[in-house]
Amino acid sequence: MSAPTGITWATLAKDIRLEWRSKDAINSMLFFALLVVVVFSFSFDPNAEESRQIAGGLVWVAFLFAAVVALNQTWARELRNQVLDAYRVSPAPANALFLAKTLGNFLFVAVLEALMTPLFIIFYKLRALGPAWQLVPIAVLGTWALVVNGTFFAAMSLRTRSREIMLPLLLFPISLPALLSMVEATTSVLTGENPAKFWIVLLATYDVVFTTGCLALFETVLHAE
Amino acid sequence: MNDPTTARSPADPIIRIDNLTKHFGRFAALRGVTAKFAPARLYAILGDNGAGKTTLLRTIAGLARPTRGSVAISGQAISRDIRREFGYMAHPSLLYDEMSGMENLGYFARLYGVRDSARCAQVISAVGLDPAWQRPVGQYSQGMRQRMSLARALLHDPKILLLDEPFSNVDVKSAREMVKLLVRMRDEGKTLLVVTHQASLLDEAADEFVWMQGGQIINRTADRSFMGTA
Repeated sequence: MSAPTGITWATLAKDIRLEWRSKDAINSMLFFALLVVVVFSFSFDPNAEESRQIAGGLVWVAFLFAAVVALNQTWARELRNQVLDAYRVSPAPANALFLAKTLGNFLFVAVLEALMTPLFIIFYKLRALGPAWQLVPIAVLGTWALVVNGTFFAAMSLRTRSREIMLPLLLFPISLPALLSMVEATTSVLTGENPAKFWIVLLATYDVVFTTGCLALFETVLHAE
Repeated sequence: MNDPTTARSPADPIIRIDNLTKHFGRFAALRGVTAKFAPARLYAILGDNGAGKTTLLRTIAGLARPTRGSVAISGQAISRDIRREFGYMAHPSLLYDEMSGMENLGYFARLYGVRDSARCAQVISAVGLDPAWQRPVGQYSQGMRQRMSLARALLHDPKILLLDEPFSNVDVKSAREMVKLLVRMRDEGKTLLVVTHQASLLDEAADEFVWMQGGQIINRTADRSFMGTA
């Protein structure tokens, strides 16, 4: 029997290969995020100071909505030809699948963020007045918060009739504390007015609690009918 | 009519089903099915659409949870470890369309801890396909997909094979080749439960015919003349 880590990496490699060939998730995410940047930029036309105040919220809302596209896609490909059943009848642990899917989504959303961040900086004339290095842990912890719950709830809504609607309905309320932390932390760094440490710690705590919860419950979700 | 609940073989059953009932809402797909299946035998499970054949297979595979009753494989309830004992082939292919046959099997081999890299090529050849094909499974014909799906079920050399409509959309010549392969596996000691509407293909090969209707096993017989009345 393979170790769970071996199965996690094999599943992650398979998902990256499938995404590389289809580009289903990354294209949809990019298109959506690009629309948000351009439309908001032309709608508000903020000056540099206003941009620093609103950019935190704007960036994370754009990433949250774009991530939902990837999250739906990640399980949808397991439903074609009922491939998920092949995993369910195998002796492979459920958590290995969950971790692989979460890591895959993290990677896809991180690629989106890496591509979109320069555009946000240009369109909104952004420059951090606080310690800019703190944006790295905020981005990592914030992205993990989005994808860990997103992957879990996407799996939960997999067998529902309107899963595209069900996912945001389940995900957004539970992501509110994380979203608030991400936005406040990012705004703090951009404006330099308040320290972001409290929000970063809150985000890290959120990640630990929800990652543990999702790992504990995923086997039940996977084998639910 | 033969006793519908017991296998004819005196050997200890490898699959034991006890009072199995499965409801989907108010619809009873299985109604108190009790049966034993002996090792190293090939069972053809027959019946009209909606008889409960696929649900029976899915419940044995652990994909559907019984509303009542139990399934035991080698005396044990379905668990993660016991899943290694069986291979399951469903009506859909359970394969990724965007990947080649070898890539698909390479991934599933990891799930079962199959380390032998030659094993994937071996099972693909066994079902009459070419392991060197690079094209994605999505470009295969339906019959080729069925055979690749059978290869996936065989990958980890399971003791039990649960096959749902393995011959559907397969041409007659290929289907007969598949039957030969199933017989060879039965002779090697594997137990096969084959759900099919093409009973004539298994006329000579099956050790026993299990007839289902309305979520129940209504007859089990080794008598091939039964085929004429079915």
